[in-house]
Amino acid sequence: MVYKNIICPVCGAACDDVQVDLDTINRTIDVQNACKMGNAKFQEVVSSHRIVRPTIRENGKVKDVSWDEALEMAADILVKSRRPLFFLGSETSCEAQEVGLHIAEYLGGVADSNATICHGPTVMGIQESGMVGATAGQTKNRADMIVYWGVNALESMPRHMSRYGVFPRGYWTKRGRFDRTLITVDPRRTPTATASDLHLQINPNTDYELLSALFTILNGKEPHTSIEDITGIPISVMKQMVEMMKESNYVGIFVGLGVSSSYGKHRNIEMALNFVKEMNNYTKCNIGALRGHCNVAGFNQLASYLYGYPFGVDFMKGYPRYNPGETTTVDLLREKDVDAAFVMSADLVNHIPADSAKYLTEIPMICLDIAPCPSTTAADVVLPGVIDAMECDGTFYRLDNVPVHFEPFTDSPFPETKSNEETLKMLFEKVKAKKEA
Amino acid sequence: MAVVTLKPTGNFDLTVEAEVITPDNFAGKSAQEIGQLLVWQGPKQYPLANYFEVKGDGADTTEETTITIDGDVSRVKRIGEGMTAGKVLVKGSTGMHAGAEMVGGEIIIEGDTDSWAGMEMKGGLLHIKGNTKDHLGSAYRGSWHGMTGGRIVVDGDAVNQVGGGMSGGEIVIGGSVKHFCGIRINGGLIVVKGDAFRTVGAEMTGGTIVVGGTIERFTPGFIQEDTESDIKFDDIECTGEYKKFTGDYAIPQKGKGTMYVSSVNNECL
Repeated sequence: MVYKNIICPVCGAACDDVQVDLDTINRTIDVQNACKMGNAKFQEVVSSHRIVRPTIRENGKVKDVSWDEALEMAADILVKSRRPLFFLGSETSCEAQEVGLHIAEYLGGVADSNATICHGPTVMGIQESGMVGATAGQTKNRADMIVYWGVNALESMPRHMSRYGVFPRGYWTKRGRFDRTLITVDPRRTPTATASDLHLQINPNTDYELLSALFTILNGKEPHTSIEDITGIPISVMKQMVEMMKESNYVGIFVGLGVSSSYGKHRNIEMALNFVKEMNNYTKCNIGALRGHCNVAGFNQLASYLYGYPFGVDFMKGYPRYNPGETTTVDLLREKDVDAAFVMSADLVNHIPADSAKYLTEIPMICLDIAPCPSTTAADVVLPGVIDAMECDGTFYRLDNVPVHFEPFTDSPFPETKSNEETLKMLFEKVKAKKEA
Repeated sequence: MAVVTLKPTGNFDLTVEAEVITPDNFAGKSAQEIGQLLVWQGPKQYPLANYFEVKGDGADTTEETTITIDGDVSRVKRIGEGMTAGKVLVKGSTGMHAGAEMVGGEIIIEGDTDSWAGMEMKGGLLHIKGNTKDHLGSAYRGSWHGMTGGRIVVDGDAVNQVGGGMSGGEIVIGGSVKHFCGIRINGGLIVVKGDAFRTVGAEMTGGTIVVGGTIERFTPGFIQEDTESDIKFDDIECTGEYKKFTGDYAIPQKGKGTMYVSSVNNECL
């Protein structure tokens, strides 16, 4: 049967026009409109390697158990822990993350999400400076200049350029690509850079210096000449870029991890945001981040409105505290400052520095995921995951922080649970029962 | 002068938050009462005596109370936080937030400290004889005002964001710094005797920064005004010839910040 307008649960674009043809008898799925990454995830619905049974590790051996036994053991680990870490990954719904946050609060643990190893610095930069933002549709309809900074959109978010950034015909950009100027700032000559009108090939880790120089030019001053050697960009080209931006009607800047995870981190973003604010004295200009996962923005929104902080929320003292570098996943694991972990919908072991990953494999870990990965291999309890946007409904926040409600096209394969949210609610009940006993 | 000695004896497997270790809290208490003060480890509170052997009673007043920590407390955070008077001597290294928000008195740390030492400090002296990490004397996340008074002396190196958002007081670093030394400062003085890697004085709108060593990557929004020799700020003397810059013109302010950079070590600027 063919289903239309399915939301794609992969990258931050959370495309809403995917069409799937699911053959439940032959267990095949045909996907239209999605990119390669999206297609690969849709194939998980019918894949042979899907985690279908809960497992626990007993005396070093992994064995299949019932859902109830697995949840019991998971609850035991969490209740016995003196300071558990909840890594609430972003390829699941806000509804599931919310339950996870509440368990963390109840146990006095720490709740964190993918932003901590991804666009966390972007969020911190926004806290420092505020952000002139816009929805993706605004940029599509109005922007006649697009700047990709530290991001290779063509490969990391393949449909961004065609849906929002460069090629679509917008209301005031009726000729699509011909009505837009494209600038890329990237140390590498990426496919995105090749497709650009101007490519500033900066030296790695000099984003702050370049932004600072552009800002100085915008303020009518001459940047110090040493900037040419530092960034590898002539001052004349910087001036050209500022002029091109000032002469545009609407500039949309998209930043990637090249800005937020190179030297300077949130300071780079803060400077970019301040530059954008000032640029609005000359023309309309906004900035947005190309977020990596379908709901990575959702955790930031959720944690902010529930507890006041976007990620790395520490409930140790009974009230939320936040200090990236102290209450964030990598740092807590490196400092051995947690003694158990609950990892949901994220392969944490595979994505953090070796020291932190090593400690994570040494402490009791519960993993909720759809497919085998290093994290599930190292986990003491594995709970099978339900695939959001395919097997259950819920909410994602897209890259531009727009909430997107998604509907499933098939059901959860597990009679015991309808969604990750329900799995977490069952776990929370068991945790409460054990804690209060 | 009464000395209370704390000797670490407990299990510090999870870090301990001990903001109670200040002369203010110890004054007027016996050793036993001090041992009953509560510290945090994870989401629970335990008596200080679980972690330290306490010897000596506190003096009647905060001013006359000295705390000596006889050992390494690198997994104990917030020592001396918010203290107003008295003295803390640590014969080892400390964890994060040592002397954060301190108002007066003196902290001497013979080893290293972790990040956030002297955060938003208002007065007093914090002397770190070893090295420290990030956010020395800086503002808390999202805050615009770092240190407003007092003095921080580091004999070794500091890393990133030294004195971020600082608006008063002095920071003197004997060694070198890395990134964003003096970011967003609007007052006060930072003296770095060693080298700085990059972005010194970024977004500064006031205050003074002196770098005695080499700056590997100069911040672009600064303009050279003058050259001065043997500059002096009260009791802090910086000998040699310095290039005087003003800035940071990257932000729409008037460039009221002053940066002195050693001429000998930065010939290319």
